[in-house]
Amino acid sequence: MAIEIKPLEQFKIEPIVPLHPFGIDASFTNSALLMVIAVVLITALTVLGTRRAALVPGRWQSIAEMSYEFVADMVETNAGHGGMAYFPFVFSLFMFVLLGNLLGLVPYSFTFTSHIIVTFALAAVVFIGVTIVGFAKHGMHFLKLFVPAGVPAVLLLLLVPIELLSYFIRPFTLSIRLFANMLAGHTMLAIFAGFAASVPLFGILPVGIDVAIYFLELLVAALQAYVFAILTCLYLRDALHLH
Amino acid sequence: MTDGDANDPLRELGRRIEGAQRARDATERAQASRESAKPMGSALALAWRVGLELIVAILVATGLGWAFDRWLGTRPWGMILMFFLGVAAGMVNVWRTVSGMGMAVGYGKASAAAAEEEDED
Repeated sequence: MAIEIKPLEQFKIEPIVPLHPFGIDASFTNSALLMVIAVVLITALTVLGTRRAALVPGRWQSIAEMSYEFVADMVETNAGHGGMAYFPFVFSLFMFVLLGNLLGLVPYSFTFTSHIIVTFALAAVVFIGVTIVGFAKHGMHFLKLFVPAGVPAVLLLLLVPIELLSYFIRPFTLSIRLFANMLAGHTMLAIFAGFAASVPLFGILPVGIDVAIYFLELLVAALQAYVFAILTCLYLRDALHLH
Repeated sequence: MTDGDANDPLRELGRRIEGAQRARDATERAQASRESAKPMGSALALAWRVGLELIVAILVATGLGWAFDRWLGTRPWGMILMFFLGVAAGMVNVWRTVSGMGMAVGYGKASAAAAEEEDED
């Protein structure tokens, strides 16, 4: 009567509304559903939270204002002068990742940030956007970012490829960090839940561990959204100011 | 007699002020110790970042080298060269992460640089 533990089943993508235009699988999946829920919730929070703007904010207005101020503060201190122009982008990104992480912690839901294709798409948007901003702002001078100042010409042969490489690695580290954190945390939760199910009498122990991990995951969910947003700010700063 | 009557409420007030000051000092000390404990809490996050930085740099660079080899038919030289470049880039990234210089190509420390710019303005 061994219960089969399938900790990875929670990451399975299941189509809800099958759609196959031109032979491409564009089905509306559980992942897409959660993304829609996240976007609807963020829109509701910011629109409804500020609809009846009072001098003494109510609960929802407080949440909306706190998240606004948190991100605004982060952009201002990290993206440097002129970074506030990109505040809407960073705010949307932060809220989307945060809601994705938090909604994934609701039992029976799905964590779309635990799929590398989702996080990589987000990171690629950041990477390409930041590169475009850099070229638009500085033109060809943007390439100076890859040439460290005050280095002999011979060493540049070695240093420029290294700088280029570490620039192109950015979207990979950015996406893998978020995806790996979410994947590892949720797998761990499922494994301990499986232990609880397979040991009838002493199941209370794994359940206790699961509760502890759950709180840790709440922290990780917020922290990873923060890290994603703050690194976006740092990249923007590079593109805006070239060191 | 009248002096004693006038002093008693003042002494009482002095005691209350002292008590309030002690309480405030205690909360300030507690806050300071909390703030000094904060870096310890994020040490794990930093360890995660450092490990990831090194491994991803090597993997991505080696993968790129492999792709170049397939494209140009120079196997195995592109992969070997890119592997070592990846190791170097990974180490540079780790060093920049640990020394608080932001990540990868960024040079100045983010908040310090922002403060400098504000001074210049």
